[in-house]
Amino acid sequence: MKWALAGALVALLALPAVLSSYALTLFILIFFYGFLGQAWNIVGGYAGQLSAGHAAFVGVGGYTAAVLSIELGLTPWIGMLIGGALAAALGAIVGYLGFRFGLRGFYFVLLTVAFAEICRIAVTNIDALGGPLGLYITFTGNPRQFQFQDGRAYYYIALALMLVATATAWAIERQRFGVYLAAIREDETAAEALGVNAFKYKMLAMVVSSFLTGLGGTFYAFYLFSLQPNTLFGIPLSVEIIIRPIVGGAGTLLGPILGSFILTPLAELSRLYLGQGGLHGAHLIAYGVLLIAVVLFLPEGAYPRLVRALARPAGSGR
Amino acid sequence: MREERRGRIAGGGVWAAGSCVDLTLVVQGVLSGILFGGVYSLMAVGLTLIFGVMRVVNFAHGDMMVWGMYLAYVLAARAGVDPYVSFVVCALALFVLGFLVQRGLVDRIVSAPHEMQILLMLGVALVLENLALVLFGPEPTRVRSPLAAAAIWIGPVFVDVARLVTFVVAVALTLVLWAFLFKTDLGRTVRAAADNTYGALVIGADVRRVYAVAFGIGAACVGAAGALVSPILPFQPSTGLSLSVASFNIVIIGGMGSLLGAFVGGLLVSLAESLGAVFLKPSLKELFSFSLLVVILLFRPAGLFGRRAS
Repeated sequence: MKWALAGALVALLALPAVLSSYALTLFILIFFYGFLGQAWNIVGGYAGQLSAGHAAFVGVGGYTAAVLSIELGLTPWIGMLIGGALAAALGAIVGYLGFRFGLRGFYFVLLTVAFAEICRIAVTNIDALGGPLGLYITFTGNPRQFQFQDGRAYYYIALALMLVATATAWAIERQRFGVYLAAIREDETAAEALGVNAFKYKMLAMVVSSFLTGLGGTFYAFYLFSLQPNTLFGIPLSVEIIIRPIVGGAGTLLGPILGSFILTPLAELSRLYLGQGGLHGAHLIAYGVLLIAVVLFLPEGAYPRLVRALARPAGSGR
Repeated sequence: MREERRGRIAGGGVWAAGSCVDLTLVVQGVLSGILFGGVYSLMAVGLTLIFGVMRVVNFAHGDMMVWGMYLAYVLAARAGVDPYVSFVVCALALFVLGFLVQRGLVDRIVSAPHEMQILLMLGVALVLENLALVLFGPEPTRVRSPLAAAAIWIGPVFVDVARLVTFVVAVALTLVLWAFLFKTDLGRTVRAAADNTYGALVIGADVRRVYAVAFGIGAACVGAAGALVSPILPFQPSTGLSLSVASFNIVIIGGMGSLLGAFVGGLLVSLAESLGAVFLKPSLKELFSFSLLVVILLFRPAGLFGRRAS
């Protein structure tokens, strides 16, 4: 397993040398959504707290870095960290309210959705942030401005982001923290009875997750050169963030990445082929069907199933 | 009357005109808020019925409502049926859709963990919304009805006839639903299953049928609500999401599973949004209901009329 992963990593590092520019874009999106999924996985998968408003953290991170860069000329490399910190602060507020008041299940989902929507409506109505039209970033191609002439730079940054989030999840999984989170996810009352401070660990998971997601906002903004409240704070982005780890396997280390490798090309190809024929919603119909199928037939996600299939002693046919 | 008001604004002192018009606006806001609230109530009653009976949150509620709207749209455009007549057809069609969704999908996950139910319903919502997008396109539409242009003036305040009719029909439908639940055998069985599924099973109720009927009725509520509101509210496929979120708001504010709570909550939220649009920018009106939701979630998660949430 270790060698396979190392091999995959080397392959990913060498890949840009042979990729067409379209394939390069596809991989950037795979890594980026894999990264967002992994960041969500920390609170949504490991801790089992289904946040359906993670887009808010992308939005806060992206807008912070963009505004600091446009108004003060601050390099997005620092703005990214500030954006992440502000997203973490928002995550702490939402987490505090939700966990302190014991909101679980559907109620927590709604709280997170409501916060993301409040952010979206607020940003839409703040003229300094560009209102409903949003902000645009002028292209300079200057690496100091988080802009690159060469698409491969974005490839490596997106890959690095995904690896950072995965390393974070790995570190959490290996420590007591990860065990506590799993206990909380499986049975919070029982975990608390055994002395696990559920509030503290859920808060920590939320803050780490929202910080990472906030970092992603900067990438999103400076990769696309534009920020609109509806795309950066909207519920559709939250759904994109959630669906990959769920399909891949929530609460597993490689689930979100596998989910992104399955779903992102599917989404892009159907957008490319079906979208051109005027069928704009077609790829989202496919998403919906997939989501239903996963819940009904593969509730634990693709990754655990894959692991079991591989671990089975070379059975059928070999 | 219109002439007179225009004259007052143009001619009178800014100060006098200002305070006078403000009061009229507030009364107008209260009136149209309450009238529009009938639709909100109907939406929320449907959602709360589904939740009350099988503890499943219908995340596709708003998208089902949008299908009611498009159905009314197609019936008006192709067959020339006025939405104030075709709402009956829309309700029946959505009843069938809800029944089938329950039988085919929800039935398998009634006892699954909350996350799985939420995700399944999100999947259904995505399919419904984007099917509408593929079929009808993203542009906002509205159903034409001769009623939509009519208005009755009462002093300086006008009553939108379409809103009035919508309100009356929505309240009437809610009363019909109430009569069904409390006066008929099937309705009593639905309430029994909501109260105590096991007990209902013990006395020989066909709980699976009750579930499907309850889901169907919940969907029929938004089918009718969608048709009724289609001449007033411009809609597009993505409207479903905000309608879903609005329904959740109302149901949580009123108390999950409480029919009275959903009804009163619908009027309250609509009133809050309408007054929010008067006192703040119209685009900020949703901020009101979301803030109300957050406050309720934190301090009274069982809602205004709900029993203790578990």
